[in-house]
Amino acid sequence: MSTLDEIVDTAEIIVSCGSGGVGKTTSAAAIALHAASIGKRVVVVTIDPARRLADAFGLVDGLTNDPTRVTVAVAPASDRDRDRDSAGTGELWAMMLDPAMTFDGLVRQYAASPERAERILANAFYRNIAGALSGTQEYMAAEKLYQLHRDERFDIVVVDTPPTRHALDFLDAPATLTRFINHRLFRLMMLPARGGMKVLNIAAQPVLRTIGKVVGGDVLADAIAFFQAFEGMEAGFRDRADAVSELLHSPVTRYVLVASARHDTVVEARYFAARLVESQLVVAAVVINRLQPRFGDITPAEALAAAEGVLATDPQLAAMWRNLAELRALADAEEAVIAPLLADADDDAVHRVPLLDSDVHDLDGLREIARHLFAP
Amino acid sequence: MESMQFFNTARLVVVAGKGGVGKTTVTAVLAHAAARAGLRVLAVELEGKPVLADLLANTTVEVMTITAPEALADYLEAHGLKRVAKRLATSGIIDVVATAAPGIDDIVVLGKLKQLERLDTHDLIVVDGPAAGHAITFLLSARGLMDTVRGGPIRTQAEEVLEMFNDPDRCQVILVTLPETTPINELIETAYSVEEKVGVQLGPVIVNGVDLGEPVPVSAGHGPDDHDGQVDLEAAAEFRNHRRAAQRAELDRLSTDLALAQIKLPQLPVAGIAARDLPALSDALERQIAMLAG
Repeated sequence: MSTLDEIVDTAEIIVSCGSGGVGKTTSAAAIALHAASIGKRVVVVTIDPARRLADAFGLVDGLTNDPTRVTVAVAPASDRDRDRDSAGTGELWAMMLDPAMTFDGLVRQYAASPERAERILANAFYRNIAGALSGTQEYMAAEKLYQLHRDERFDIVVVDTPPTRHALDFLDAPATLTRFINHRLFRLMMLPARGGMKVLNIAAQPVLRTIGKVVGGDVLADAIAFFQAFEGMEAGFRDRADAVSELLHSPVTRYVLVASARHDTVVEARYFAARLVESQLVVAAVVINRLQPRFGDITPAEALAAAEGVLATDPQLAAMWRNLAELRALADAEEAVIAPLLADADDDAVHRVPLLDSDVHDLDGLREIARHLFAP
Repeated sequence: MESMQFFNTARLVVVAGKGGVGKTTVTAVLAHAAARAGLRVLAVELEGKPVLADLLANTTVEVMTITAPEALADYLEAHGLKRVAKRLATSGIIDVVATAAPGIDDIVVLGKLKQLERLDTHDLIVVDGPAAGHAITFLLSARGLMDTVRGGPIRTQAEEVLEMFNDPDRCQVILVTLPETTPINELIETAYSVEEKVGVQLGPVIVNGVDLGEPVPVSAGHGPDDHDGQVDLEAAAEFRNHRRAAQRAELDRLSTDLALAQIKLPQLPVAGIAARDLPALSDALERQIAMLAG
């Protein structure tokens, strides 16, 4: 395990993972902002279609499937003065993954001919795969990472994973898609094509006939047409999937686990950590967001006793003590909840970010977060 | 409004919201409070996670899990396709079927909910809706399938689900959020898409983890040097007041931008809600319901 400073120094890809609502996007954005401020050329990829990353970076037109340069000054003035050499070269770019568009690009690349590609792209079944098949989003995220990693414009790619329990599915997403394409049902659909049978006859196969009964005949015909057009592309897709998978497992890719101090998110974070281990990967660092600040060293009981003590003479002061007792009770409860996560991690790899007194939604907020993630 | 009137608004209540806003907690609190009021309550979760069942372990609430593969298998069996159902379930063909007609996995789950809603075994069915961005696609699946599937049993299913969605006496959606900028932006966006595209009735918005209350007095001279240099009472008071002011501003913005009643559940001094916290939250829910217009 490492500190985020070490990770930003050495990694080429940083993956921010954790469950929904823990501040994954914010953490990824703060890490990217910091990396740019020390002179790296960084691209941060978000998979969440919400506008929050664009808003935080002040990009009024939003983000697209191609990186957009964030033109604001990436480093605070003091940093730029102090470290003029490196900071001057830093660049911050941001993009939002469009899985369907990324998939279309792959189809164009691997299709035997432009005509074949257009046939696939226009097929209704393909549009469903590109737009809605579970796992496609994760696979395209991995694919995009691979493309950006090879892009000469960037030193580091920071990626924010989808906010689902399946967020790490992109680790084996390449294999999942291959499995899908090689499903025996599809082989069944494609076999007769080789024999020159008509779509109508294929659809008469018992399994397909049943599925046709459930979903309707035209839907099935679209599926069969897709697999006929896709024939011959599997090898290209599989090789690419292998290359992507290799990159995700290489030491230049580092995984940062993000959690907040709530029981359910800690459970999820540990689940993600276990998934990484299963895939022979390691958690490089842990970020725990939105922790209650502590305001000194005292137990809730002591603070309450202090409130009692001054209640008669100074009710205002008593209210202040009660407030401290309430905040401390919350902080202690949080500490108990995150204990299992801390037990799994090296001390210097754990980064605590306090709950700020206002919500983070702009560059200043992100800089404030970065101050807690990186050494001064 | 009377609690009974609130819980009897519609038999099926789908609780929806982005990840991390406390959807499961709200589902448990609604179920707990309704059961306490004497209703026969069913709580449904859709992901096969034990959290909801754990929260409601010591109540009269019945907890059920409905997942898409199981619902599809049941559905096929009910349509005389038992043999195929087995094959579909075991060979992962659900992926294939769901890809051929996206939303089919959602519609079989919704179909199952509709079936439960038609029965008279429960007075209230509370569903812990799908997480994150899936809530809208889940609710939209019926409409989407009407376009792609032009006949057959799935289309009938979609029609019946839509009919239920469009009947406010049978079904409503309760949206959950936190009193913070991003969750509130997302809630407003979700509310408009759900109303426009699905046509389902929205119940009051439930805001979780609300910490309102009178400002903590800040009398000077209690800074870092106080209490033998151990604590900073002044900073603690100011921090609490800032957070409360920010929450209040967000709640005001929500009232301005979205014409739905708000139910505020308090922040408890715990990190993550456990079964023992439900009575306190149910009390708070009842107090808030009493303040709603009838």
